[in-house]
Amino acid sequence: MIRNIFTTLQALVIPLIGMIVFIMLWSMAASNINTSLGKFPGPQAVLTQFSALYTEHKAERVKEKAFIQRQVERNAKRVAADPDYVPKMRAYTGKETFLDQIITSLVTVSCGFLLAALIAVPLGISIGLSKTLNTAFNPIIQIFKPVSPLAWLPLVTMVVSALYATPDPVVPKSFLNSMITVTLCCLWPMVINTSVGVASINIDLVNVSRVLRLPALKHVQKIVLPASIPMIFTGMRLSLGIAWMVLIAAEMLAQNPGLGKFVWDEFQNGSSDSLSRILAAVFVIGFIGFLLDQGMRQIQRLLSWDKSTASR
Amino acid sequence: MSYARMRECTINRAYHLLIGLMLIAVSVISQTVYAEELGYPEKEELKFGFIKLTDMAPIAIAYENGYFEDEGLYVTIEAQANWKVLLDGVIDGQLDGAHMLAGQPLAATIGFGTKAHIITPFSMDLNGNGITVSNDIWQQMKEYIPKMEDGRPVHPIKADALKPVVEKYKENGKPFNMGMVFPVSTHNYELRYWLAAGGIHPGYYAPLKGDISGQIDADALLSVTPPPQMPATLEAGTIYGYCVGEPWNQQAVFKGIGVPVITDYEIWKNNPEKVFGITAEFAEKYPNTTVRLTRALIRAAMWLDENDNANRPAAVKILSQSNYVGADYDVIANSMTGTFEYEKGDKREVPDFNVFFRYNATYPYYSDAIWYLSQMRRWGQIAADKSDDWYKETAAEVYRPDIYTTAAKSLIAEGLAKAEDFPDFATESGFKPPQPEFIDGITFDGSKPNEYLEKFPIGLKQGDEV
Repeated sequence: MIRNIFTTLQALVIPLIGMIVFIMLWSMAASNINTSLGKFPGPQAVLTQFSALYTEHKAERVKEKAFIQRQVERNAKRVAADPDYVPKMRAYTGKETFLDQIITSLVTVSCGFLLAALIAVPLGISIGLSKTLNTAFNPIIQIFKPVSPLAWLPLVTMVVSALYATPDPVVPKSFLNSMITVTLCCLWPMVINTSVGVASINIDLVNVSRVLRLPALKHVQKIVLPASIPMIFTGMRLSLGIAWMVLIAAEMLAQNPGLGKFVWDEFQNGSSDSLSRILAAVFVIGFIGFLLDQGMRQIQRLLSWDKSTASR
Repeated sequence: MSYARMRECTINRAYHLLIGLMLIAVSVISQTVYAEELGYPEKEELKFGFIKLTDMAPIAIAYENGYFEDEGLYVTIEAQANWKVLLDGVIDGQLDGAHMLAGQPLAATIGFGTKAHIITPFSMDLNGNGITVSNDIWQQMKEYIPKMEDGRPVHPIKADALKPVVEKYKENGKPFNMGMVFPVSTHNYELRYWLAAGGIHPGYYAPLKGDISGQIDADALLSVTPPPQMPATLEAGTIYGYCVGEPWNQQAVFKGIGVPVITDYEIWKNNPEKVFGITAEFAEKYPNTTVRLTRALIRAAMWLDENDNANRPAAVKILSQSNYVGADYDVIANSMTGTFEYEKGDKREVPDFNVFFRYNATYPYYSDAIWYLSQMRRWGQIAADKSDDWYKETAAEVYRPDIYTTAAKSLIAEGLAKAEDFPDFATESGFKPPQPEFIDGITFDGSKPNEYLEKFPIGLKQGDEV
């Protein structure tokens, strides 16, 4: 009993002490670092910026309402003067707030990740099932795996702008650029883990399938998939982590909307608040990365029979 | 045919005639009304690019004050990473228009750098740049600068004071590096003008030989750095000085990393600076949109200079938002509200440091274009001689006062602007009278560019090739 209480205390108190020590060290270090933009921001400055960013967000929403209102009036006036005109509502043209940029980044990373999963899982399964395919693809995978997103980005940008040349695009080019870069970078861990998982299925299970004479598709559905799910999810968790890191870098470099652009813009602004705003963004980026990882872990726990891989 | 029938027929005919005449009259009237009243914009959703500099203000103000919306334009404004990205964005259509360096549309049209026909219906401002040197260089320069009675240096500071410093570096075999923002930027030409006026050779370009670094025969080596990164690059010691627009000179003073030595106002009084650039294709395809966006920009410029800069503090507040220039209010306000801080604490009045509308600042003068072309020739970006007519034709291809005139006239007709604030459109030739107010005292006459080029001690002259 006492021991139980002790362990819960340990689980709660020790991280708390860690946090407090970190914050103390941070604020002490911060007040000793002088940059050309003033002192390095301490916890207090970052907290202030969080509330400032939220206030800006609310102010922008008010402006958006006014914008929509004006647009409705202007459309009505024009229709009265020019009955042939088909009124059209346009999205708000003002700036993206911090919250908007978080959402943009999240949407981009999910789309890129899903696209990668759609390609990687079937590819991984086929590679895992066939030795020939494995030998054929392995060198390519090994070469592409360590490529930095920044190397892909110029290629992706050029190809997208060449192929995606519609006058009225459904999704903006910048979104496609970041999404495809994310896909290219987080494809490989999933392919590798899936193929390894598939290749290392217990031989007994494969034999069962043989005895039952399951057709190929049924074999994959009933034996291969369930057996390799732990490995597939390990790959996915790795990939999602990479995806998030890649996205921030891609947004920064290509000036695509999102958190990366927010950081870069603030750096360029060089105002006295810039450093604390960047630091606020750093915390948000870290926290979201943590949440994404935890989310994947929960899904992994739900779907996987092998609980030992999910607990890490 | 009976008489009655005939009569009826005549009446009928007369009646028809009358109706016909009325129809013609109506159509004539409606046509004149149509000509005066601008049509609706063909393209309503637009995206404009800018670089984080205070002289992008007309675009921000036209948006924030709703002038774009008044024209039925829904504009998104987006900061660009550097001048090259911005120009490429306009050329490939990702941007509908942008805040550009005056040299960019000209260089693009004549094919120095990326080739594309860019035009400008609107000149965005006068002056607004400065040259800053690092603290170290400033200390070395100081002994060569004459002092006033109160101990402050006499302005304008000429590059003569920098020359001994550059020579010292040269003797020691160290390159004297300086930064400017783009090969065809106003800043490049201004920095070169200032250096050359003080006897420091800024180097030639030789595009035909593939040399576009512009450092042939140079005493001071100029290279490109994006405006917002100037202070950081100076601090890092990569460059010893730079020429850039605001707020990046004042930023150096605030951060204590450099000293602005001269503003471009003192190099060439009321020099034309940024322009608003669009592709010729855009102007042709969307004529109403082009005129309307020009109207919005003219109104914004008027607002910025209204009542002796009364609106400037409000403008600075808008510019200091993170999505526009984003620097601190105080930094931007320093130059935007009519002062300029040189050495820390040495704040002097420069009421015309940023001019957005006065002195016909927004009218796209051919002579302005020709000055830039003359400097491109002077430094070898234009590799071979060109006739005076070529200069005029190129200027007319890029600078489009006709669009400006249509926009301004319609604003006057609607009572949104006063005719006396604009040049007299009936007689305006597009050439400013000869301008003598340069730091080296050389007069510029836009109608005789080749004669002008002969006057410079440093620079390519007729027949010269690098």
